[in-house]
Amino acid sequence: MGLKRKDLLSISSLSPDEISLILEASEPFKEVSGREIKKVPALRGKTVVNLFFEPSTRTRTSFELAAKRLSADVINFSPSSSSVVKGETLLDTARNIESMQADIIVLRHSSSGSAESLARHVRSSVINAGDGWHEHPTQGLLDLFTIKEKKGRLGGLSVAIVGDVAHSRVARSDIHALIKMGVEVRVVGPPTMIPPFIERMGVKVFSNFDDALPGVDVIIMLRLQLERQGRSLFPSMREYAKLYGLNSERVQRTGTDLLVMHPGPINRGVEISHDVADSCQAAILDQVSNGVAVRMGLMYLLSQSQ
Amino acid sequence: MGRALTRIAHEIVERNKGVKNLALVGIRTAGVPLAKRLQKIIRNIEDVDVPLGELDITLYRDDLAIRKNQPVLKRTDITFHVSDLIVVLVDDVLFSGRTIRAAMDGLMDLGRPAEIQLAVLVDRGHRQLPIRANYVGKNIPTSREENIRVFLEELGDHDRVCKLGSGG
Repeated sequence: MGLKRKDLLSISSLSPDEISLILEASEPFKEVSGREIKKVPALRGKTVVNLFFEPSTRTRTSFELAAKRLSADVINFSPSSSSVVKGETLLDTARNIESMQADIIVLRHSSSGSAESLARHVRSSVINAGDGWHEHPTQGLLDLFTIKEKKGRLGGLSVAIVGDVAHSRVARSDIHALIKMGVEVRVVGPPTMIPPFIERMGVKVFSNFDDALPGVDVIIMLRLQLERQGRSLFPSMREYAKLYGLNSERVQRTGTDLLVMHPGPINRGVEISHDVADSCQAAILDQVSNGVAVRMGLMYLLSQSQ
Repeated sequence: MGRALTRIAHEIVERNKGVKNLALVGIRTAGVPLAKRLQKIIRNIEDVDVPLGELDITLYRDDLAIRKNQPVLKRTDITFHVSDLIVVLVDDVLFSGRTIRAAMDGLMDLGRPAEIQLAVLVDRGHRQLPIRANYVGKNIPTSREENIRVFLEELGDHDRVCKLGSGG
């Protein structure tokens, strides 16, 4: 049994069985990252190209580490230092990279659907590392992995996703992933940040954070994208922090078993308070280390499926 | 099978003059229960529990890129430091030697053992690499077309070794 697909473009296109397979395959790679020699030869001789058209340190580094720990050769390609500034299209760039016999292309791009259109035109495996407001599937997978690791199961849990759901590809991937694995999902945010008709995805919508807290096992806080459009969506930062920020008072009210997650980078004092971000209930740094394991598992499976 | 394992256990203790600095590492899947049985027998002889590890060699295979069906990846579970230990690798069948090559590479990535020895239940010949076992339960001559399978109670069967004809 293996993954019968060339690319990973979205969570919405994965079956629950495929998600379980990826999570299971990622498990052994956690042990590899804990070794003194953090390297296995599984992808020896393969080439992984990180094609990032949007700034990203965390995700790019995570993919780079994952590929290197599998013994693949990694090339980082960023538009500011390349022919993209000279007007080359995404497809031409990718075809050039493909001609250099890249086995896996990891793409981040500001346009939704860019990974899918790229995958249709190249023979290399394509991994979507975030496309516009669409999806960020590896984040969805690593969030599932972290919840499963901490809670011991997925089915029957209740997870609240709080913040700017409308503009978050992480939220979209998380919702698809959680619903597919039998988790109850509550989305919380001011109406300006909740897309209309989101109930159709099978989630419950709350505009009052405190109403969503009873019985919740995990809270995923979304980053307030201040550089994008924060300002027009809510009156003031202080009001947002008060109504939708996670503070220790809300955590205490919910219970000691509560798991707090955040895809990073965190805005301390805005969506999450200092004490909560540093508490032992926060799994934010576990998410980062699990991200490497999940990306290793995924690249291993994709390299085998060809 | 029981008698063969008892003899191997005695040979391991004899060859290494006791169980000091000794560790057993089973190669997944069948090597793991065999290593556990050896550990139990050695405990009866020497009254010591030697460290026991489980090694998954999937990522070290040399046929990863050419196999049609993807092998199932499992976890390597070696909680002790292998450096400076005498590590006895345990597997069910020794055939081409490629599994053992992968296992040795995997082990080396975890540290620098003082010595690596090899214990197998069945040696069926046809080596493709210069590898030999230190401890052999039974030599079973086979043709290349034949297949040897070891069934174990721990893996949901009753203990036996079967020689299957070509295609079997």
